[in-house]
Amino acid sequence: MPGVPLQHVLVVALVLFGLGLYTVLTRRNAIGILMGIELLLNAANVNYVAFARYSGSTDGQIFAIFVIMLAAAEAAVGLAIVLGIYRNVESIDVTATHSLRH
Amino acid sequence: MDHVLTWMTFLPLLGMAVILCLPAGNHARIKQTALGFTLPTLGLGIWLFAAFDRGVTSFQYVDRVPWIASYHIEYFVGIDGLSIAMVLLTALLCPLCVLASWGIDKGVKGYFALFLLLETGMLGVFVALDFFLFYVFWEVMLLPMYFLIGIWGGARREYAAIKFFLYTFAGSVLLLLSMLVLYFGTEPHRFAMTELMQRSGSFGIECQHLLWLALFVAFAIKIPAFPFHTWLPDAHVEAPTAISVILAGVLLKMGTYGILRINYGILPAATADLAFWLLAALGTFNIVYGALCAMAQTDLKKLVAYSSISHMGYVMLGMAAFTPQGINGAVLQMFNHGTITAMLFLLVGVIYDRAHHRNIDGFGGLAGIMPVYTGVTALAFFAAMGLPGLSGFISEVLVLLGAWQRYPGLTIVAASAIVLTAGYLLWTLQRVWLGAPNEKYLGLAEINARELVTLLPLAAIVVVLGVYPHAVLDLINTSLLHLNEIVKAGAATGLALR
Amino acid sequence: MEPTAVTFVRWIPLLPLAGAIVNGIGGAAIQRRFGKGTIGVLAVTPVAAAFVLSLVAFLRLLALVPEERALLDVVSRWIAIGSLHVDLAFWVDPLSCTLLLVVTGIGGLIHVYSTAYMRDDDAYWRYFAYLNLFTFAMLVLVLADNLLLMFVGWEGVGFCSWALIGFWWREPVNTTAGNKAFIVNRVGDCGFVLGVFALFWALAASGQGTLVFREIQQHAASLEGRVLWGMPVVGLVTLLMFVGATGKSAQIPLHVWLPDAMQGPTPVSALIHAATMVTAGVYMIARLHFLYAMAPATLAVIAGIGAATAFVAATIGLVQHDIKRVLAYSTVSQLGYMFVAMGVGAWSAGVFHLVTHAFFKACLFLGSGSVIRALHHEQDMRKMGGLRTALPATFWTFLIATLALTGAPLSAGFFSKDEILWQAWSSPHGGPPLWMVGVAGAGLTACYMFRQVFLVFFGASRVDPHVAAHVHESPAAMTLPLVLLAAGSLLVGFLGVPALLGGGNRFAAWLAPVFASGHAPAPHAVHDPGLEWTLMVTSVAVAAGGALVAFLIYQRRVLSADTFAAALGGGPYRVLLHKYYLDEIYWAVFGRGVLMLARLGAWFDARVIDGIVNGSATITRGVARLEGRFDDRVVDAIVNRLANGTFALGTRVRRLQTGNINTYLYVVVGAVTLVLIAKLF
Repeated sequence: MPGVPLQHVLVVALVLFGLGLYTVLTRRNAIGILMGIELLLNAANVNYVAFARYSGSTDGQIFAIFVIMLAAAEAAVGLAIVLGIYRNVESIDVTATHSLRH
Repeated sequence: MDHVLTWMTFLPLLGMAVILCLPAGNHARIKQTALGFTLPTLGLGIWLFAAFDRGVTSFQYVDRVPWIASYHIEYFVGIDGLSIAMVLLTALLCPLCVLASWGIDKGVKGYFALFLLLETGMLGVFVALDFFLFYVFWEVMLLPMYFLIGIWGGARREYAAIKFFLYTFAGSVLLLLSMLVLYFGTEPHRFAMTELMQRSGSFGIECQHLLWLALFVAFAIKIPAFPFHTWLPDAHVEAPTAISVILAGVLLKMGTYGILRINYGILPAATADLAFWLLAALGTFNIVYGALCAMAQTDLKKLVAYSSISHMGYVMLGMAAFTPQGINGAVLQMFNHGTITAMLFLLVGVIYDRAHHRNIDGFGGLAGIMPVYTGVTALAFFAAMGLPGLSGFISEVLVLLGAWQRYPGLTIVAASAIVLTAGYLLWTLQRVWLGAPNEKYLGLAEINARELVTLLPLAAIVVVLGVYPHAVLDLINTSLLHLNEIVKAGAATGLALR
Repeated sequence: MEPTAVTFVRWIPLLPLAGAIVNGIGGAAIQRRFGKGTIGVLAVTPVAAAFVLSLVAFLRLLALVPEERALLDVVSRWIAIGSLHVDLAFWVDPLSCTLLLVVTGIGGLIHVYSTAYMRDDDAYWRYFAYLNLFTFAMLVLVLADNLLLMFVGWEGVGFCSWALIGFWWREPVNTTAGNKAFIVNRVGDCGFVLGVFALFWALAASGQGTLVFREIQQHAASLEGRVLWGMPVVGLVTLLMFVGATGKSAQIPLHVWLPDAMQGPTPVSALIHAATMVTAGVYMIARLHFLYAMAPATLAVIAGIGAATAFVAATIGLVQHDIKRVLAYSTVSQLGYMFVAMGVGAWSAGVFHLVTHAFFKACLFLGSGSVIRALHHEQDMRKMGGLRTALPATFWTFLIATLALTGAPLSAGFFSKDEILWQAWSSPHGGPPLWMVGVAGAGLTACYMFRQVFLVFFGASRVDPHVAAHVHESPAAMTLPLVLLAAGSLLVGFLGVPALLGGGNRFAAWLAPVFASGHAPAPHAVHDPGLEWTLMVTSVAVAAGGALVAFLIYQRRVLSADTFAAALGGGPYRVLLHKYYLDEIYWAVFGRGVLMLARLGAWFDARVIDGIVNGSATITRGVARLEGRFDDRVVDAIVNRLANGTFALGTRVRRLQTGNINTYLYVVVGAVTLVLIAKLF
């Protein structure tokens, strides 16, 4: 869309990042934390695409595709781990997995 | 005969290996093996006596091969007049001691194995001409002695053994240090004594004095010279008879041998400087002090131990005289003392084996119970007090005659000690062997054939050397005169160095 | 002078040595198998043979011109080190030949006597072994051609003396006496050897170090003027060797062993302590007369000590009760006379008295032995008396010997003692005071000897009745030697009749070549015959006076012995009886002193020196313990504290592991933020 300044897009990305960070840091739910990670990744993507658009090169877009791919893999692995933990601890609350603590 | 010295030195070691392979229970076989390896050594010694060239000063029957080549350590052995006398003494005393040890009944295998190791060590010390080799053999001697005293000894054997070991070992440390100083201080670095003898000039006179002192302390402990002598009474009293004999007969000679071979040979300038206080005066003090202490003893073996200290004082005095008579008398005294004191300890062993104590006041009138024993004892006692006609007189008179020229005052003091010696020996003879027979011991067995066999060769030597001392004097004279010359030459260069 | 080389002389000492070895080693067996008679024969034969050989040597010497009278028998090299060269070599010249005859002759007679005297003793063989060994040693002493070999004989006789004094060794008093003899002799021997050393080195410094007598004599002149420690060397050497003579010949102050030596069998006392061993000192001085002639100070000392001893010993002998003790002190006294002779340079007079004294003193001792044996070993003269009828041979020989000893005119003792007294007065080294002491001593001698004769052989019998019943004369083996010795006591004197009385003094002439080089005093002819007569008569008169006093006290009972004993409160008598308390003084000072020193030395050694050693061991152990504690408490503590600290730190750090993912994420975010901020600045 012409005329949307870069800063506006960056702010959106920042807000997304902040929300994602907040989600990751404060949620007790393992899936929630994973969702937060997704938000973080997507915020980074938006940043990449914005800079790609406004600098004229397509490098940013290619990076974004990589990140999406990575996010997908990571989500899959993360969910598999959560599944595995659920089988042992019967809960997806992250505070339940503290057996290595003194 | 090739490599005769190597054969002599290591034959006992071979014997030790054989004994270690024998079953521990077969005491007779072990003892016979020990005898079987010490007698050939004596045989070789007798051959050497006959074949030795008495007219040269150089070392004979030399074996010299590199050992640890990177440090120039060699297996270098040879004998001259001084060492052959000591080698003969050792070779003679060892089979006699094996015979004297026939009564050992516990740990027989270990005892004779250690004894043979000891013989190798002793012979090695006297033939070694490489300082490192000398040191190795010196240390080899210590360990068997420690065990022989500490396991087969008397009531306070552990104390006596560890005292002997630590004392001698402390001296050995000084010996090691001096050896290293000599090695590193001379160019090129060599351990061979013949080469060190030519390089003493590499050190300043003060350094030579210090080296001499360090070596002297190491050897003085062995002589034993006052005040480094207190290990001797304990070691002698606690050691079994045969070990006392070898200790007094051979080990004590290593101190004076070391001084003659190393101090005199390698550091002649310092010898000339320090001889008066540290050899002549100290020796005279030894003579008198040993005699006085002997007089106060109530234990027969301790008395003989102190008499040893007294007799070794004559050696020190004679060495310091730097006259032909003095130095010949000193080495002859070393030989004679070896035979006479060996007899004395064997004789004490005879009575101890029967009565199980050595308290002088606890006997009396043994002459009526064991007349042959008394006869041999009287011979030994009179030899010890230097009765003319026996060997002790010749060496004592040569020492005193030789010492008069340089130290007339000290000679007067030393000569007066003959009264003290006669005093304590006659008094002891009277208390133990004469007088009314003690009822407790009326049934004691007379001296037996085995004990006589250990004593008679020594008695024969004592008598023969009194009449024909040149049997030994001819052996030692040339080399000792040469040593005197070395010291005199060293004294001259020493003066020049100041 | 070239000595004649011979080879038979060596057998003179070696035959008795062989006898000693045979009897010493096989004696017990031989005695058991063949009896004591065989032992006796085995013992006497070597000495008899030695006597025969000595006669042969004597005749050989006589056949030579007086200036060449010397035989040398070199057996073998003995010691040759540096410049010291002494051989086992025997030298016969008139002096040693005289002694040879005395030792073998009188020794032989005493051996014969002993075969009967010691008959009842089981250790018969051992006695003769020692007696033969003694003869060997004495002959070595006399025949030695050098000082060291002489010393071998010197100490050898000392050893035999020890063995024979302590012959009955079961009694401690005998062995103590033997020890005392040996030790006191050794004190003298100390001086002897030191003198030998000083002589050797003094000669060496002058060019020729030697100990051979003829060589010393040749080079003696080179010692003139040499000094050691501010004293003339010759004076020092002679004085030191005289100390040796003092010990061996029992002169003051080393005389104390001789009376105790009477513990031994009586023939031993006769042979060793009268005739031979004790004369060794005199012989030695005679041998070295050329040195002594160069040392007037020493000569004065010798004469002084000799005179003092002659007098003091006589005073002690006056009050002794033991028959042998009297004779022992008499010997000491007579030896004093011999030393007086040597001290005034009258060498042959001294040797002459040695010879005559050997005869009559041996006779006296053997006679006393006869008495002792007859009385079953009673030696106290207070229990004797009136024995002259029961023991006639003993009595007559004893009387003759006594007359000889006291110097009765025309007896041997008269000639020899007179010669000494005359020389004491007239010699340049002597003087009237010396003569007076000598004459006083002669008076005392007569007194105590006749006291002895009267106490033993005259008067009423005080013998114990049990013993008196069995008193009978000794067998021929004992009386024959007595007779021969008594004859000698009468006849030997005629060898030395002085010019004054018409004789040629053959004895002095015989010895003259030996003493020629010394500063022998001028012969009598030069001096005043009238003076000599006066002195001779005076000394005889004094002796007669002494005999008279003894007669009056002990025979006629006109004077009482007790009066003298009680004189001056009995003090002097007790002092004499106790031999001037010299034995007690010596024991207190030297005996106790040395023992105290010995104990002090042993204490010092065990407590102080060994204390330092043990103390160093204790200190080392203490240091080791301290070090162990240090190691434990300090070094190890550090290690432990390190470990504990690490653990505590770990505990704290572990708290980071909350197990809470959110916390970890907070940390990650925080860290990244910090890094970003840091990068911005």
